[in-house]
Amino acid sequence: MKKAFVVLGIVAVGLFMIYNDRSSADLILYSGRSKALVDPIIERFEQETGLRVEVKYGGTTQLAVALMEEGSRTPADIFWAQDAGALGAIAEAGLFQPLSEGLIQMVPQRYTGAESMWVATSGRARVLAFSTSRVDEASLPSSVFELTDARWANRIAWAPTNGSFQAFVSAMLHEYGAEITRNWLTGIKNNGAKNYANNNAILQGIASGESDLGLTNHYYLIRSKTADPSFPVENAFFESGDIGNMINVSGIGVTKGSQRAATAELFIQFLLQEETQKWFATDIFEYAITQTPDLDSAVRQAYEVSPTVDLGALSNLQQTLTLLREAGLL
Amino acid sequence: MGVLIPLFYLVLRATEADWSTSAELIFRSRNLSLLQNTVLLTAAVLFVTTLIAAPLAWLTVRTDISGKKILTLLSVLPLAIPGYILAYALLGFGGANGTASLLLGFEIPRLSGFWGSLVAISLYTYPYMYLNLRSGLLGLDPSLEEAARSLGMPSAGVYRRIVLPQLRPAFLAGVLIIGLYVLGDFGAVSLMRFETFSYALFLQYSASYDRIYAAWLALMLLSITATILFAEYRLLRGKLFHRTGTGTARNIRLTKLGWKAYPAYAGMAILMFSAIIVPVGTILFWMSRSMDYSIWNGLTEVLAQSVSASAPAAILAAALAVPLAYISVRFPSPLSRGLERIAYLGYATPPLALALAFVFFSLNSVPFLYQTITLLVVAYSLHFLAEAIGPVRSALYQAPPRIEEAARSLGYPPFKAFMQSTFPLLKNGIIAGAALVFLSCMKELPITFLLSPVGFETLALNVWSYSNEALFAEAAPFALTILVFSSVFMGILFSREWSRT
Repeated sequence: MKKAFVVLGIVAVGLFMIYNDRSSADLILYSGRSKALVDPIIERFEQETGLRVEVKYGGTTQLAVALMEEGSRTPADIFWAQDAGALGAIAEAGLFQPLSEGLIQMVPQRYTGAESMWVATSGRARVLAFSTSRVDEASLPSSVFELTDARWANRIAWAPTNGSFQAFVSAMLHEYGAEITRNWLTGIKNNGAKNYANNNAILQGIASGESDLGLTNHYYLIRSKTADPSFPVENAFFESGDIGNMINVSGIGVTKGSQRAATAELFIQFLLQEETQKWFATDIFEYAITQTPDLDSAVRQAYEVSPTVDLGALSNLQQTLTLLREAGLL
Repeated sequence: MGVLIPLFYLVLRATEADWSTSAELIFRSRNLSLLQNTVLLTAAVLFVTTLIAAPLAWLTVRTDISGKKILTLLSVLPLAIPGYILAYALLGFGGANGTASLLLGFEIPRLSGFWGSLVAISLYTYPYMYLNLRSGLLGLDPSLEEAARSLGMPSAGVYRRIVLPQLRPAFLAGVLIIGLYVLGDFGAVSLMRFETFSYALFLQYSASYDRIYAAWLALMLLSITATILFAEYRLLRGKLFHRTGTGTARNIRLTKLGWKAYPAYAGMAILMFSAIIVPVGTILFWMSRSMDYSIWNGLTEVLAQSVSASAPAAILAAALAVPLAYISVRFPSPLSRGLERIAYLGYATPPLALALAFVFFSLNSVPFLYQTITLLVVAYSLHFLAEAIGPVRSALYQAPPRIEEAARSLGYPPFKAFMQSTFPLLKNGIIAGAALVFLSCMKELPITFLLSPVGFETLALNVWSYSNEALFAEAAPFALTILVFSSVFMGILFSREWSRT
């Protein structure tokens, strides 16, 4: 017993020495994006540049709150967030430093933060998923507001607790105001929409016949289709400019306290270069954000039909949650 | 007193707001419904876990049921299953497209909300109650019962008047741990979407990155905790639970079950199905859908990192628990009891708030420790200290002070007397306490997120990271490793205990 204590003590001290040695990393990244989406890129970056990147993974929210608590003393050089809202909050707290003009130029202006504080790295669209066996594509609604129509009673699937859905509701709130948003939420609810835990469950629900239409992110379907090409669901957009086609982004910024801004920008440059952008599209099925000439036609369409929304303004979900709660959806 | 750091931090954050804003935050009607939900869920979980654990403890200690060791091991196995995995599995089990309908061909209603939270939390917390009651029952001195019987008391009376009152410290220790766990639990309630204080707290951070209302919510949660702690203190005051006579306790006589063993096995089977087979089956089902063995690479390194933080934390927590429990049991005074109670506050502080407090504290006072494994270990052990105190305290209640007094009278200095006489009697309690802390650390998420060194990965982090992207097949090996490693670990602990008896 005593021996075990001693051994464990030595192990702990040893690990302390190893992990206390932070100076050996050339760049420290806080990533709200999951390991599966980040690790392959880090590996390639390290291979190409010979620099060493250390990553701290966590929920986008948790890391954002931690960054606020750390303030200027953060060990992080960069923060890569899953959604624009968190980036807006960090920028608002004055914890990012502006990015160089060259980087900002690589991405359409509407997908960058105010005062060049952050830049998007990839996009994802809200879409209407539908059952190919029970819904005629020609009869699909032209606007997300038409889903309150009796025609779609008891046929809609949605995920009110999902972060992407809430970002979409925030966008609606921002563009149309509380009255219209509240009516829409209660309208859909009263139309017998079924609540699902997440986007994946929505697709499973449509495939299994529980629902016919679903409000979801675009890439979940592509993942399901890769596993099973005959998956009986397709994605559709509403008419061009409809709020239901909103594009949300993952994005990145350099922390105010970072002494290694040049290296950090090198990493961001790497994320925005064509090869990495293609990887986002082909391997994890997101949309490339830098609009290269050979952009896939589906992605080009997604960008064309998406409404103009100030993504940085979506950092405060307070009112969105209040609305969802009032509608009895949370 | 490291446990007070979070409290200090929360008060600091909460009072950042001016008074009118604070008043608005404190007196909003939503708090009332949160309070109602939280109290309701806590009470219901306590009721259900007692209902599961009490018969289970009695069966495995006081009857002649066969396969006792296996049953004991199975009974504590759910401790090795991370709560969010169990909740995911239960969520995916029911419904039209659930695992039940896919694999078994029948549809059961999808669990969510209050009932979902109740089932999920009860299934993975009842082992805390079970372990406490079990060690309570094991430590009972049968002579009291025999005396009562010989005086003509019927056996129902013996249980009510003799056994149950003696089990009170063990039961209350279980109540405390489970009650406080429910108060702070976030994984199950968020997946099941039942708004308790801890879930609202997280929503607050994620909705608006607002640390002020979040701090108020945490403080309200802690005041509920304080109330529970006070009640428990009143219930245990001035009780005596150890042998006062001379000699040692003799072995207990076991109740013969006969045919009644079959319904007991059936009950066990239902419990094991929902608490172990459903989550493990779900993990295996995830894995079967993608046979990509490359994920297994690097798994051992992640396991080693998990253990390297969890094991020292378990030892530190146990080491802190012994003196705290000792002074509160042997030198009961408002001060000593108060010190022990404070440890429980750390347990009920929502982990995210606790982690933020440590971020704040370490950056301001010991910046060189920030995001080192040392700080992570300290945070773990302070958070989970209460889990170690319970078993140690129960063991202390049953260790007669006479032996130690005898040692002192023979000229041993106080520390040596304690080590020679009382400490050996506490060993089981200490090991049980350390084991509970270890298992909890292996599953922990929010504290690990914020306080672990950059580049540090644990099994739980990987499970979370992959299942968050709906990459369940990739998450499965890590979840399975937590499960297998933890159950092997528990197996070793119990076999030590059995080899001595």
